[in-house]
Amino acid sequence: YNGTCLAKKGEGARAVPLAGHVGFDSMPDQLVNKSVNHGFCFNILCVGETGLGKSTLMDTLFNTKFEGEPTQHNQPGVQLKSNTYELQESNVRLKLTVVNTVGFGDQINKEDSYKSIVEFIDTQFEAYLQEELKIKRTLHSYHDTRIHACLYFIAPTGHSLKSLDLVTMKKLDSKVNIIPIIAKSDAISKSELTKFKIKITSELVSNGVQIYQFPTDDETVAEINSTMNGHLPFAVVGSTEEVKIGNKMVKARQYPWGTVQVENENHCDFVKLREMLIRVNMEDLREQTHTRHYELYRRCKLEEMGFKDTDPDCKPFSLQETYEAKRNEFMGDLQKKEEEMRQMFVQRVKEKEAELKEAEKELHEKFDRLKKLHQDEKKKLEDKKKSLDDELNGFKQKKTAAELLQSQAQQAGGSTTLKRDKERKK
Amino acid sequence: MIERPESAVASIAQRNLEGYVGFANLPNQVYRKSVKRGFEFTLMVVGESGLGKSTLINSLFLTDLYSKDYPGPSLRIKKTVQVEQSKVLVKEGGVQLTLTIVDTPGFGDAVDNSNCWQPVINYIDSKCEDFLNAESRVNRRLMPDNRVHCCLYFIAPSGHGLKPLDIEFMKRLHDKVNVIPLIAKADTLTPEECQLFKKQIMKEIQEHKIQIYEFPDTEDDEDSKLIRKIKERMPLAVVGSNVVIEVNGKKVRGRQYPWGVAEVENGEHCDFTVLRNMLIRTHMQDLKDVTNNVHYENYRSRKLAAVTCNGGVDTSKTKNQMTRSPLAQMEEERREHVMKMKKMETEMEQVFEMKVKEKKQKLKDSEAELERRHEQMKKNLEAQYKELEEKKRHHDEEKSNWEAQQRILEQQKLDASKTMEKNKKKGKIF
Repeated sequence: YNGTCLAKKGEGARAVPLAGHVGFDSMPDQLVNKSVNHGFCFNILCVGETGLGKSTLMDTLFNTKFEGEPTQHNQPGVQLKSNTYELQESNVRLKLTVVNTVGFGDQINKEDSYKSIVEFIDTQFEAYLQEELKIKRTLHSYHDTRIHACLYFIAPTGHSLKSLDLVTMKKLDSKVNIIPIIAKSDAISKSELTKFKIKITSELVSNGVQIYQFPTDDETVAEINSTMNGHLPFAVVGSTEEVKIGNKMVKARQYPWGTVQVENENHCDFVKLREMLIRVNMEDLREQTHTRHYELYRRCKLEEMGFKDTDPDCKPFSLQETYEAKRNEFMGDLQKKEEEMRQMFVQRVKEKEAELKEAEKELHEKFDRLKKLHQDEKKKLEDKKKSLDDELNGFKQKKTAAELLQSQAQQAGGSTTLKRDKERKK
Repeated sequence: MIERPESAVASIAQRNLEGYVGFANLPNQVYRKSVKRGFEFTLMVVGESGLGKSTLINSLFLTDLYSKDYPGPSLRIKKTVQVEQSKVLVKEGGVQLTLTIVDTPGFGDAVDNSNCWQPVINYIDSKCEDFLNAESRVNRRLMPDNRVHCCLYFIAPSGHGLKPLDIEFMKRLHDKVNVIPLIAKADTLTPEECQLFKKQIMKEIQEHKIQIYEFPDTEDDEDSKLIRKIKERMPLAVVGSNVVIEVNGKKVRGRQYPWGVAEVENGEHCDFTVLRNMLIRTHMQDLKDVTNNVHYENYRSRKLAAVTCNGGVDTSKTKNQMTRSPLAQMEEERREHVMKMKKMETEMEQVFEMKVKEKKQKLKDSEAELERRHEQMKKNLEAQYKELEEKKRHHDEEKSNWEAQQRILEQQKLDASKTMEKNKKKGKIF
């Protein structure tokens, strides 16, 4: 069964000669007409430090003035600003989106700089994936926001790549077509430039950074593309100001020592960039984004969610079954979580109840003890009371006895006195 | 009317170019790449035996698709309706086309033709299924497009109207594939008969609400005129032949009769040229696009809706689910569940806290009560103690007073007796 899936076009089909002109050679034209009617769409991401002339280059490339104020250097983090424009050249309509990294390279700690860029790229992939997976989808009219080309602006130091550059490009090379360019290259002399380009290329290679290679598989453009591949990274100069050279107005930057002409191939690689990026390989950049970078993202995302092709071979893969299985697993998972939480609560309740019961017991014990103590005290008091009462009684008795004696003695004494008196009277 | 998807109209900033940019070359890039890729097209022919289907295919593509080595279905005897495909590779002007012709031998040939369309439907669906599966894989590789892009339905030239089988078939397939009805062997009808026949057929098609393939509107005036002309001639009446005959010194393809030659490519004899131009030269791409954007999408959404909605759920929810991908649906459900869990947790937590507070309060209260009681008892006891102390002290005082008194009395007594003794001694006592 392997044959069907890996089939090249035409395999399993026998070639037959035609006895005349059938007319299907108009197919490419039919396709082109439809594309032109539908309009094209292209999304560029410009990554580079503030002040490297990203916006100016875009304006120069597309011969128009795009939005934007020059950014300050005090951005707290890297943000991505995107603007979409409708352009038309002859009968071709292009929906161009230019995304700029604002604040890239300005922070003291740049460790997380690449993160917002990666996130942005992934978000666009995600949006497309979501659309693709919808039940009712409208892919035909979907506005594709996936980044087709990433122009990486290298600062014209003349020495080598900055570590931020290497780190960032390494993180981006599996997600987007990277085209590195040397910005503001009018600050570098020709000899320095050659050395610079060699250094950059070797650093990219030694760090395993995959930059976009212009395709050489189509004979019509193979030659020009392979030549251009050798000129990477392109050293560019951007300018929207025009200077009169001879009797023509050309885009240039005027210095006291001379004028740098943007479209002069001896002065910089601007024309090469425009040729490669727009005139020759725009469609290929889009294709690569869709068939390579997007597919990689999609594959990773689906695998992350637990989807996999049921068979390593091309055995028919039932999407429905997988969805259902996934869904059941998912629901089971949720239920389990719910149950776990309930159990946890039941446990806590039990524990707390035991705790409180324990506290209650202790309290009762405490008070039982106190009660006992109290009882003891009471008894002691009672005893004391009793002994006092006894004493009181004893005393009372003594007192009454003594008083009785006294009164008796008095009586006797009185009688004695009386006797005496009686005696006297005799 | 089959809905065609509208292109998204966004309100985006317009910019004018002030010079050469180069993206006007994009169409050429697309052209180049498409030629490199090559094209594919699947054409299905349906109709009773003997209506000249194979001949027509051969005429259309100027080739012997069915030859001695690869005999056409008509030469094979079929008991039941089969669906067979033949794949050929044709090249022209640097453009490569992989053409798949799908034949349905046995269609309508039996005595009882009920459900003879079923194998056809099954075939179309299975190709959509294959594509859906290939598209849904995690690892997607080359996805060959074997979906049926066009179905030519051959109507027998009875001159009267559509047969019940014709109506039944077209009704069942018009929402699955692009159906183009053709009047076969049109050289058996005179132009007037043909006109009437066409009118009758179109009337019946409209009556039964059959949606045959519609040509897209174009902005181009030239094209619009052409399209209107084609529409007026529907359904196309065709004659097929690959036999070359000489007519007036010209070599033409046609059918030789004793009374003349019916030329295939003569617009006044039949609509073959119209069909060929439309099918191959101008609308092949559109047929593929409609198949992909409309018929396939319908199939896909029906198939996936059956899975994720588990049928029979209330319609408002399903509608919502339809606009979301199943993955997003699960994500949404997961999020909802997380919220639900959180809510449940907070609720349970609240109840728990409340109950604990209650119990603790109770405990506190009873502790306070016991404490209070204990305090009171203690106080009581203390009071009694004090009372006792007081009593004792009082008693002690009394006692010591009395004792003191007694001592005085004793002393007095002693003194008195002492004095008496003295007096006795003195003789005062007798």
